[in-house]
Amino acid sequence: MLAIIDYGVGNLFSLISSLRFLGVEADVVGDEAGLRRADRLLLPGVGAFSDAVAKLRATGLDKVLCEETAAGKPLLGVCLGMQMLLERSYEFGEYEGLGLIPGCVRYMDNAVEQGLKLPQIGWNALKFENGRHPLFRQVEEGEYVYFVHSYHAVDCGSALIATTDYGGPRTAAVASGNVMGTQFHPEKSGEVGLRILKAFCDY
Amino acid sequence: MVTKRIIPCLDVRNGKVVKGVNFANVKDVASPVDLAEQYSRGGADELVFYDITASAEGRGIFTDILRETASRVFIPLTVGGGINTLDDFDRVLRCGADKVSVNSGALKNPDLIREGALRYGSQCVVLSVDAKRADGQFRVFAKGGREDTGLDAVEWIRRGVALGAGEIVLNSMDADGVKNGFDLEMLEAVSSAVDVPVIASGGAGSMEHFKTLFHTLPRVDAGLAASIFHFGEVDIRELKRVLAADGIPMRL
Repeated sequence: MLAIIDYGVGNLFSLISSLRFLGVEADVVGDEAGLRRADRLLLPGVGAFSDAVAKLRATGLDKVLCEETAAGKPLLGVCLGMQMLLERSYEFGEYEGLGLIPGCVRYMDNAVEQGLKLPQIGWNALKFENGRHPLFRQVEEGEYVYFVHSYHAVDCGSALIATTDYGGPRTAAVASGNVMGTQFHPEKSGEVGLRILKAFCDY
Repeated sequence: MVTKRIIPCLDVRNGKVVKGVNFANVKDVASPVDLAEQYSRGGADELVFYDITASAEGRGIFTDILRETASRVFIPLTVGGGINTLDDFDRVLRCGADKVSVNSGALKNPDLIREGALRYGSQCVVLSVDAKRADGQFRVFAKGGREDTGLDAVEWIRRGVALGAGEIVLNSMDADGVKNGFDLEMLEAVSSAVDVPVIASGGAGSMEHFKTLFHTLPRVDAGLAASIFHFGEVDIRELKRVLAADGIPMRL
């Protein structure tokens, strides 16, 4: 069973629908026993970093999540859920993340200087970094996925697995062992997104 | 580079898709769920659903349709029509909407934009504006184009963005249904006034109209249309191929 972690943030309808559409047994889970029982985890998130991290910590599920991933359970963070996997974020201050993936989250301010709009809203192409990650097993470089974000991950080192071009390369996906994350929304990225979710479920 | 978006719009009443010409004489075309699935497979970048029912019963049918669509179609869904309170935001977001479009509800209570943005984020709040020329300005109309608000469209849209709207749908009532092309003059005025994405609506009659839109107004991010797609006059995949061949960034 795949557990979509419920900590009171965001709209989980599309995530659960897309996984069930793929025939994956998925449930929204907000308790420790449920996360321990699951064979893989998905961390969603929308809104502000500080708020989401505080809510996750308040449930105590952050510790469970860290223990389970340390034991090898696959985890996928989506959008803000991906950003929370990093060491820290500079969104409206400085806040500590889960530190499962190296790097931090910063505003894409040089995009504005180039006359681009923030947030980046829309479809943009994937470029693979550090080889082809198993998450992209069924996806070709240059295929499009759907982004909605004003902040992006930087300094991820070898954990960077894909970028997209928005006034320069922007982190599109990261991975460190069994912990993975996408800045884009695979559940809103049509066929391509479904193939990425399927690859995570097969990881 | 982020691509320009092509967005079919589905007006739904009593469980069916309808499309009016200049907001009158609405006629049914197809099942919204089937049509949405067909568009998604055909390359649509996003879908807009407007609930144009008036009754509570119709509202229930609409949310059922929305839920069914969002269980089968995995591209962004914007939902509007009858959004007057945060409970309305909640109702459609729970059924699979990604963005909520406000129009008359925000004109009546502009704070709805701010409250929606605070709770769900600016990316979730789309300000939809129906405007037409009156007394030498672009005038905002409420209630599906039936009520003159006396407001200037550019001023209202600037205010909406300041309150937290993350995207604008500008529907020119002068151009709507006439199929003579998008209202470039009105779109220019709005897109140069704000820094959030602007979606052009009203007037699309041919592929050429989309080409002109994106070439003339690089600050317009998307083109929205209904009848030309519903009636098969323009095929979305073909349209996107033509635009891409013409140098406009498209997701193919």
